[in-house]
Amino acid sequence: MAKQSVTVTVNGTRYQRDIEPRLLLSDFIRHELSLTGTHTGCEHGVCGSCTVLLEGLATRSCLCLAVQADGLSVETVESLGRIDALHPLQQAFWEKHGLQCGFCTPGMLMSVVELLRVNPAPDREAIIESIGGNLCRCTGYQNIVAAVEYAVELLRTQKEAAE
Amino acid sequence: MSPAATNAAIPLSRQREKPGQSLKWIGKSMKRVEDPRLLTGQGRYIDDIDLPNMLHAAVLRSSRPHAKIKSIDTRAAAALPGVIKVLTGADIATTTGALPCFANPPVEQRCVAIDRVRHVGEAVAVAVAESRYVAEDALERIDVQYEDLPTVGDPQQAIRSTGDAVLHPGRGPSNVAMQRHFSFGNAQEDFAKAAKIIKRRLRWPRSGAQPLETVGAVAEYDSGSGKFTIHANTSMYNYVGWTMALSLGVPAHRLNVVPVIAGGSFGSKLFVHKVCVLAASLARICGRRVKYIEDRIDNIMACDNHGSDRIYDAELALDGDNQMIGLRCNVIDDYGAYFQFGIGHHGNALSQIVGPYKIRSVDLNITAVFTNKCQQGAYRGFGSEVSNFVIERLVDAAVDELHLDPVEFRRKNFIQRQDFPYKIPTGNLYDSGNYSAVLDEALRMLDYEGWRRKQEEYRKQGRYVGIGVATCQERSVFSATEFWMLNEDAGFALTSSPEGVSIKIDPLGKVIVSLNAPFWGNSPETMATMILAEQLKVDPDDISVAYSDTDHGLAGTGPGGSRYTVMVAGAIVGAAGMIKEKLFRVAGHMLEASPDDLELRNGKVGVKGAPGLEKTIAEIAMHAHFFRLSMPDDPTLTSGIDAAYTYDHPLTTLPSDDRSDLGIFYPIMGHMCHMPVVEVDPRTGQVSFLDYVAVHDCGTMVNPMTLAGHVRGGTAQGIGTALYEQYYYDEQGQLLTASYADYLIPTLHEVPANVRVGHIETPSPFTEYGIKGGGEGGRMGAPPAVCSAIEDALRPFGVKIDALPVTPRRLRTLIREAQARAT
Repeated sequence: MAKQSVTVTVNGTRYQRDIEPRLLLSDFIRHELSLTGTHTGCEHGVCGSCTVLLEGLATRSCLCLAVQADGLSVETVESLGRIDALHPLQQAFWEKHGLQCGFCTPGMLMSVVELLRVNPAPDREAIIESIGGNLCRCTGYQNIVAAVEYAVELLRTQKEAAE
Repeated sequence: MSPAATNAAIPLSRQREKPGQSLKWIGKSMKRVEDPRLLTGQGRYIDDIDLPNMLHAAVLRSSRPHAKIKSIDTRAAAALPGVIKVLTGADIATTTGALPCFANPPVEQRCVAIDRVRHVGEAVAVAVAESRYVAEDALERIDVQYEDLPTVGDPQQAIRSTGDAVLHPGRGPSNVAMQRHFSFGNAQEDFAKAAKIIKRRLRWPRSGAQPLETVGAVAEYDSGSGKFTIHANTSMYNYVGWTMALSLGVPAHRLNVVPVIAGGSFGSKLFVHKVCVLAASLARICGRRVKYIEDRIDNIMACDNHGSDRIYDAELALDGDNQMIGLRCNVIDDYGAYFQFGIGHHGNALSQIVGPYKIRSVDLNITAVFTNKCQQGAYRGFGSEVSNFVIERLVDAAVDELHLDPVEFRRKNFIQRQDFPYKIPTGNLYDSGNYSAVLDEALRMLDYEGWRRKQEEYRKQGRYVGIGVATCQERSVFSATEFWMLNEDAGFALTSSPEGVSIKIDPLGKVIVSLNAPFWGNSPETMATMILAEQLKVDPDDISVAYSDTDHGLAGTGPGGSRYTVMVAGAIVGAAGMIKEKLFRVAGHMLEASPDDLELRNGKVGVKGAPGLEKTIAEIAMHAHFFRLSMPDDPTLTSGIDAAYTYDHPLTTLPSDDRSDLGIFYPIMGHMCHMPVVEVDPRTGQVSFLDYVAVHDCGTMVNPMTLAGHVRGGTAQGIGTALYEQYYYDEQGQLLTASYADYLIPTLHEVPANVRVGHIETPSPFTEYGIKGGGEGGRMGAPPAVCSAIEDALRPFGVKIDALPVTPRRLRTLIREAQARAT
């Protein structure tokens, strides 16, 4: 299959690759760029594990072709914190036991990142709206919601401290 | 001595660490040590393994439920650029044998079918290519000609199958895989003199674990050494991994299974032999590394995650005083096309079939049938979640028919605190319990009386609110006898289910503990860290956890049957004892003190009663590793500090030869009370949760935070089983729910906002610290509790729930039928 050149900015770094037009964005991120934090759970757009931000919008990368991201920016879980400097959202998931197997977690985190950028003080309904389409098989969701609520608190405290 | 008499004796407890000690780490919530890497996307799951020169496989799956394979034309597929090999079952069978099977007599299953397919989704051919995309392209160019055979879908019809409808004619002329009657106590007499017999026909449908990560393997074959290496998200590889070597036709030491953490399992990744053997076979044939990762549809149609699929005719005998005295069940279990774990699921269920009640006799007729469906595997409960549902449905039916109080009827029939250890009719032992305490805590937490008052008010407003009650067992720490004890001919009658750990202290005094099965969403690293920190009095930050492959591993069975925490604790206590002895010996030389006079202090070894007279573990470790000649020339005093210990099941006995007594095989008995409050909209059949209390007794808790996580997650899965999930095969044998668009896993919209978790701690007298298992409970309690609540809500209609899942459509049908009956 003829290849096509794409340039995608992922987590602030520009990557140029020659790829088949049919390559999924999820596979591009995972296998072309070796950013394996983005997981694929169903590859038919239901589970939400593969959620990334495309131009800031939560997007199922398994339902998107990499060529569609040509010239655009993508953010994945690797754009958040590091193990010794977690992002407040990651810290909140850790504190509140918001994950068990961790497979859905990157998709959950990226969905919430989108939410908190537009709504830094979401209520429970807004949180459910944001991640109600992401499946988690381990937690029963309760601690995920608690983690998001706690993250809101952490981010607010952080912001107040900065001001 | 007769076998029964042998079984009457309860083995002595081997508990070394008594419950009730003042402990620093055990019993206090600790954030998981696994989490930072998972949160930052550094988990390294199976699909993240990327090896040089690696090929990719895709599997063509049968569109037919039951057919002979007449021919497979692979030429067009093989001609596609980038395709390395296109292989049929016959091609693979030239070098690879049948898959491991735990049933006796075994049922032959292949990683790719040879001449016949027995369910939709069974593998019929494999393409191996330079990329997964090309491998999938190749599948579309394979032409398979089938000759259809009669489809067997209904398990009741399967009993009567003949001729071409028989799935495994080589095994006999019938689709009855096994049929056996068991009688424990005098059920005949108890039913003959019963004052009341409650009867229900109950349907537990096929559902499954569906972890969000599928199964995969990356295999390599070194033709120089003749050795396979399989990287896989499997779990029991240090227990039964060697059986895959037999399938591959190599000695077990020429197969190394390297564990990879799993993105969830819930039982479904116990073994995953199909995927491992397939990838390894392909690697040998292609002479290159091969990766095979199931996609979601592969996983739903053909993996090991289909759970129990049963029809029960169940009867409960009560005496004139409303005491439960006997239980009788005639059960048909639809095992699908193959028989991975035999009828171990029923062995499992017999560990707690009478629930928490003093029922003195059990009569059980089990018929296991083959149908054209995916084979059963393991799913959180492994068959005992079904027996919980059955006994609790019967109890609710008795409450209903005899106008009893659902709480007090249960309480009155409970095995009482002073009765433990208590032997149930099947022979299994309940080690300890305090069921009334659990019930009382649930009543208190829910404000049961308050909800009853609110329920009345809601009903006046025309709202249908119901309060469910379920009091259920959670057996933990399986013994291997469950796999074979129900067989007519026991077969490979294994009795071990061990767990080993090895511990070493590095030269700088930090601790490494190696486990023999990987993380699969539980918290093995956190749990091992907590218990080891307690044992060695070191800081948890100074402990790291590794996972052994089969080359380096000890005997280990891995998580499953809610055993892992209990078993790893036992192994750590054993190995840490040896480490302490070595530390004391070396420190004794350094401090010129007798080891008997030494004690552990935070990260140090010191002389008792002499504060300050001490050495840090780092100092002792450096001495032990590099200053051998500074110590006496004693051949038993070796360099380094390391220990390995394998812990065996704490309390198990053999079944009697005639199986009138199954022995003690699942004795570490947890208990739970679930009380959901639901509202049902009778116009739509929608069920929503207004409250939910779950009180569990898992003995001594290790990490209350993660235990509560298990309870909540399991409860959500139980709600899925009760209300939404089903692998639904139509009459033609097609699986209509083979994607997440159709197989409905609860989302945030469907679960209770707050499952309020409570705990009672009744320590086990048999395990270290008194720990009991707690990994499966939520799913084992929620289905009967939710049904109880729905029935309670719809009491004005007289709706009875006998079959799951109670989808809105099913509930509407039940309401309509009840309304028709009433008019």
